[in-house]
Amino acid sequence: MLTIHRDICGYCGCCVSVCPEGALELIDAYLSVDATCTSCGVCAKVCPLGALEVVNEK
Amino acid sequence: MKNKYDVLVVGGGPAGALAAKTAVEKGLSALIVEKRPAIGAPVRCAEGIGKEALQEFIEPDPRWISAEMTGAGIVAPDGFFMKLESALAGNKVGYILDRKVFDRELVWKAAEAGADVAVKSRACAPILENGVVRGAKVEYGGKVTDVSAHVVIAADGVESKFSKWCGIDTTVPVREIMSSVQYVMTDIDIDPGATIFYLGNDVAPEGYLWIFPKGKRSANVGIGISGRKSGAGHRAKDYLDKFVKKTFPNGKTIEFIPGGVSVCRPLECSVADGLLIAGDAARVVDPLTGGGIYNAMYTGKLAAEVAADCIGKGDLSKKALMRYDKEWRASKMGKSIERNYHIKEYLIKQSDEKLNEIIHSVSKLNLKEFSTLNLIKEIIRVNPKLMLDLGALAASLR
Repeated sequence: MLTIHRDICGYCGCCVSVCPEGALELIDAYLSVDATCTSCGVCAKVCPLGALEVVNEK
Repeated sequence: MKNKYDVLVVGGGPAGALAAKTAVEKGLSALIVEKRPAIGAPVRCAEGIGKEALQEFIEPDPRWISAEMTGAGIVAPDGFFMKLESALAGNKVGYILDRKVFDRELVWKAAEAGADVAVKSRACAPILENGVVRGAKVEYGGKVTDVSAHVVIAADGVESKFSKWCGIDTTVPVREIMSSVQYVMTDIDIDPGATIFYLGNDVAPEGYLWIFPKGKRSANVGIGISGRKSGAGHRAKDYLDKFVKKTFPNGKTIEFIPGGVSVCRPLECSVADGLLIAGDAARVVDPLTGGGIYNAMYTGKLAAEVAADCIGKGDLSKKALMRYDKEWRASKMGKSIERNYHIKEYLIKQSDEKLNEIIHSVSKLNLKEFSTLNLIKEIIRVNPKLMLDLGALAASLR
């Protein structure tokens, strides 16, 4: 599952541009992720600040 | 905001502003919807633009020009510094803008010409009729309103969500997103008249680090690295912090700007039935420099010109709108994107040693006409072997 660390996120939209599912959306200073997210982790990789993290559920 | 316009523009950046202004000047009604509460903020840009490129659209105004550039410098991976100066001393080659004011000015001009503007208003879905884009649902203050239009110009920047909702794949490949961070710094020792670029795998893998002056002791200090080189512990911010700590230990950061810049090829097709895509949303950023202001203004304006023509003829089909796609691809901008894409692909594959070699070889250049193209031409002139490496591309550079 994708976790958004809001204390780190700079709401720049870099992650939105690489999401193959179109699961991320930025509304002003608030990034949201919808159910189409596959936890592929592409967004977490490219984030310039490290605000996104794929956390494996147990 | 009305419920019906000839042209609906999604996004209030340079592409959207020029699109709306051009549309109303052609006698059409136009609305810009900008999801952010303010035009121009937050900045997502290093703010550099060539002098002639800017003047093609607007006369330079000190209100939104932070600094004038007369030269540039490149720092090789080994630390060797190459200064590039225009042959004519004191000749301005470019500007560093103040985008917060510049973007407002462009939208003001569009509004003054007759365009409507709605901020904190988000195009949250296209209105589609049998696959044809006929407007958008616009969300404002918790309410969603249908705004119909003959044509929508998607100028929604790097996120490029609107076109995605219309079925166009705008996803940027991981290796072709520049993961970026910039600090606006003050109280630092810089050359106030030159943009400086740092290259090298230790400094900025598959990208570059920049110092773009904003005043005598202030500058945009930023970095872009390839998305594939980014990861925990080695992100754009990590590289920038390392550089700043070493180079400007006493500087003060007055603004923190993360961002993403696409350096991929433009979209395969930038139109659909009832839709034109302009600026960063169409992926028309210069893949070598990451510069996108001029390309945004150019495509925004052209999109509106073609839209006006097609509205006049009553045909907003993809086939009719294709003139826009064909025209920008054949333009100087389109050709420059294609050429610079190849140069970028070549350069990112080179080792630090090879980059050192190239930069040392051209260190005493005095470019008559200052441009990226001329620099590349000179690099090839003094490195004839590069001709072979670059293959077919080399022919287009002569």
